Amino acid sequence: MHELALSGAIVNTAVKHARGRPVSAIHLRVGVLRQVVPDTLAFYFAFVARGTLCEGATLDQERIGARLGCRGCAATWGIEIPAFRCPHCGGSEVEILTGQEFEVESIEVEEETACIA
Amino acid sequence: MHRVKVTVVEEALDANNTIAAANRADFDRHRVRVINLMGAPGAGKTTLLERVLGRLEGVRVGVLEGDVQGSLDADRLASLHVPVTQLNTDPSFGGECHLDANMVRSAIGALPLSEIDLLVVENVGNLVCPAEFRIGEDVRAMVCSVTEGEDKPLKYPLMFRACDLVIINKVDLLPYVDVDLERLCAHIDQVHPGVEMIVASGSSGEGLDRWRHWLMAAARPPAQVSLR
Repeated sequence: MHELALSGAIVNTAVKHARGRPVSAIHLRVGVLRQVVPDTLAFYFAFVARGTLCEGATLDQERIGARLGCRGCAATWGIEIPAFRCPHCGGSEVEILTGQEFEVESIEVEEETACIA
Repeated sequence: MHRVKVTVVEEALDANNTIAAANRADFDRHRVRVINLMGAPGAGKTTLLERVLGRLEGVRVGVLEGDVQGSLDADRLASLHVPVTQLNTDPSFGGECHLDANMVRSAIGALPLSEIDLLVVENVGNLVCPAEFRIGEDVRAMVCSVTEGEDKPLKYPLMFRACDLVIINKVDLLPYVDVDLERLCAHIDQVHPGVEMIVASGSSGEGLDRWRHWLMAAARPPAQVSLR
């Protein structure tokens, strides 16, 4: 359900970097731990983008898997379910290496073709 | 016309985080510590505040009450004679299901910051969106009631991971619901290893003293870190 608010954040970020140029594509990196439903995000994005420079833009979502690292025993591992204790030493000092991203990586904008004499 | 790729590499919520930092700076300047209190609708957030806010020894507390609509919760808390400011997400903000940094920013002028040490922001009841939006708080707490079921930490890990404290509320109802407290705690520890938990009941009073002391401790400024 947070996809609506997140769509607004994506549009604002893209518009800021587009500097007045129409946006044709947005490349987004989304970590699985953000619990974003891709289809829902795409649906809200198209809605929120209306009337902005992002109207009609494609939203390309790259899913990033979750990898954790233990500060206690230095192990690293991937997770498919939300289990955040170190499976090797049982420690709780675990950091998230990847999987928390919610990042606009790049955008594609339309530019007038300039004549170079 | 031709297409140009523009490299951005920016967290999409950066704009919110920037405003949250500005809020935090305003709170710091007034030496006000801020708690973001979250949880599902009906988890007992308001009741847990009602039960202790009048007894925070030596701590002047204020509440910013976030709701989609109405002032029912604010009215309940105002009877405790603590300053309560209502923030509705409906008329001006389109009925958002959470508070974001900008909404809190819009309410800062209405908060009696020079008269309080601690501000409790009661977020809109929701287990998803509030976890995404920092508002300028120092610490985050959530209320999870046993009637919600023992699987909720596994379904909403984002929220359970976002908090510094989880209050497990309504434990007086354990005999009537199909929930095993130990398993609920294990699920919370699975998604957020080592997080502080308080087992409580707004009705029976269990755990309320710990909750009260946690709030009083949260109101103290962080220990000065010596650079020498």
